[in-house]
Amino acid sequence: MATIVSYTARPRRLTQALLLAFAVVTGVGAYALVGLGRSDELPSGLMTYGIGAAVLALALQVVVMWRTPYADPVILPLVVLLNLLGIAMIESVHAANENYGLRTSAGADRQMLWAIVGVLLCIGVLLFLRDHRRLRRYTWISAVTGAVLLLLPLVPGIGSSRNGSQIWISIAGNSFQPAELAKIAFAIFFAGYLVSRRDTLALAGPKVLGIHLPRWSDFGPILVAWGFAMAVLVFQTDLGTSLMFFGLFVVMLYVATDRLSWLVIGAIMFLPPAVFAATQMGHVRTRITCWLDPLSSANYSSCEQINQGLFGLANGGITGAGLGEGRPDVVPHAESDFIFASFAEELGMVGAFALLLLYLLLVQRAIRAAVGISDGFGTLLAGGLGFVIALQVFVVVGGVTRVIPLTGLTLPFLAAGGSSLVCNWIIAGILVRLSDAARRPAARQVAGLGAPTAARPAPEVMA
Amino acid sequence: MSELTLVALRLGFVLALWVFVIVVVLVLRNDLFGTTVVTRSSRDPRREQRPASGPIGGAAAQAGTDPASLRTDPEVTATAMVVTAGPLRGTSLTLGSTPILIGRAPECTLVLDDDYASNRHARVFERDGEWMVEDLGSTNGTLVSGRRIEGSVPFRPGAQVRIGRTEIELRRGPR
Repeated sequence: MATIVSYTARPRRLTQALLLAFAVVTGVGAYALVGLGRSDELPSGLMTYGIGAAVLALALQVVVMWRTPYADPVILPLVVLLNLLGIAMIESVHAANENYGLRTSAGADRQMLWAIVGVLLCIGVLLFLRDHRRLRRYTWISAVTGAVLLLLPLVPGIGSSRNGSQIWISIAGNSFQPAELAKIAFAIFFAGYLVSRRDTLALAGPKVLGIHLPRWSDFGPILVAWGFAMAVLVFQTDLGTSLMFFGLFVVMLYVATDRLSWLVIGAIMFLPPAVFAATQMGHVRTRITCWLDPLSSANYSSCEQINQGLFGLANGGITGAGLGEGRPDVVPHAESDFIFASFAEELGMVGAFALLLLYLLLVQRAIRAAVGISDGFGTLLAGGLGFVIALQVFVVVGGVTRVIPLTGLTLPFLAAGGSSLVCNWIIAGILVRLSDAARRPAARQVAGLGAPTAARPAPEVMA
Repeated sequence: MSELTLVALRLGFVLALWVFVIVVVLVLRNDLFGTTVVTRSSRDPRREQRPASGPIGGAAAQAGTDPASLRTDPEVTATAMVVTAGPLRGTSLTLGSTPILIGRAPECTLVLDDDYASNRHARVFERDGEWMVEDLGSTNGTLVSGRRIEGSVPFRPGAQVRIGRTEIELRRGPR
């Protein structure tokens, strides 16, 4: 005799508070260890930093208890820990640059400031977004917003080009990457659009080689998304951003229709632009060469960044050089694009894997929220946002470790950069709201069956 | 600060990272493994009451925890519901005074592994001493004696109810 009891989520607010405290202590500890490693003394601002981090964590905890009492208890601790680790590593790279004078990089102060802005925006999302379904009203507004944001760097005067990609805008000396904000807008748009069109897109079509193909007339949306990704690729010469937007659309299409054919079609459609980028764009060609053969004498000097990153990984070994003891300053952009190499050097393979697991758990929580949520819009939005985080981690870590060619994306919550950090905090806020909707007990009942079902003792099933 | 302390702190930090990961996984343990199958062979009162421990199930079952008190009404002659066709063929459920939910969702009393059944497909319940079967808005419908039903209809012993590929009927069992 056996009965099956499905899992009912508990609020677990105390667990979240303890995990947040754990995350703050670990993250601030990392900052202290960096100071100890670099200059044999605790950093001067450690007290202020620790109190600031604790206050922000407390604010998050209070707002979550107030506005999203059933939210997932681990999303925010994971995000807080990642953010604090990133700040510690940026400080480590900065201090190393000060000590050895190879390069210059901004201190962690800027990143702390952006982290405060990010946390405040996350709290704002939790306070003002009472129901995620309200976002569905802004489906087409977010489409326009996303398109405008994405094309903003092309406007002469405010757009600026860095490292071969025109994905920045700078206004009055402050630069911003609008694509980061655009990905939230597009996730909302795709979710709102696909939830109303998924039945048509999932209609039966011809079956070729074991996969269902969609009808020709259903190719419209994917062609538009593809054209848009191409525009980004050609005019902004950025393969990473282009891949992220097209990948987001294809994966959300897959989640909406549950048909593998869309993934296959998407991968095939992205091949020509990838080949085009690899053959026609100078900086992408260099990156492919550096992916395949960075250590030969012909390529060694042009692939300096990836080579130094690899030496950093090797220097880290299994247990790492120790926080504040490595030489991440040898790698160009060690605080942003190559922050994973800096982590792998100072924390070693053991720490780098822990870091990857933190990301894995974060993405898993997003997808779990997508599964648990009762409306299609929420499922698509949570799935899409989770996928964006996963794709960024894969592309960046894969690029640094030479699994795939380097592309210009940032590691969420870790890499130095205000626009990325702030937008990822907004995503964290939306995910907390979605997980609250997914775990709320009322959402788990069927109308008319709720009370009697829950109070019913299960009759015995004899097999 | 001595070199040794620093090494200890460094190792302690990596250890703390892993402890954090493991604690998170432990917090999620229930959620990761989803539904739990409870074997009810032992008379463990805590387990007996688990279905009632939901957020709204404060007033736990008064009727039905004791199988002997389930059948008090002599009018009700059917005592068991059996599955006569489909993947669960041979399964039998003892009828109580509580409704039986049939479908693919793990919350159901009779969980069907049947592609043609809906998550919450149908409900079998007792009304005025008579057993009824009700379709819960399923996609493929519920058939009673070959006829598709709407809403609830009487479910007499011997009548065949078809849900997807599964057929069930009521039996007069030994009391």
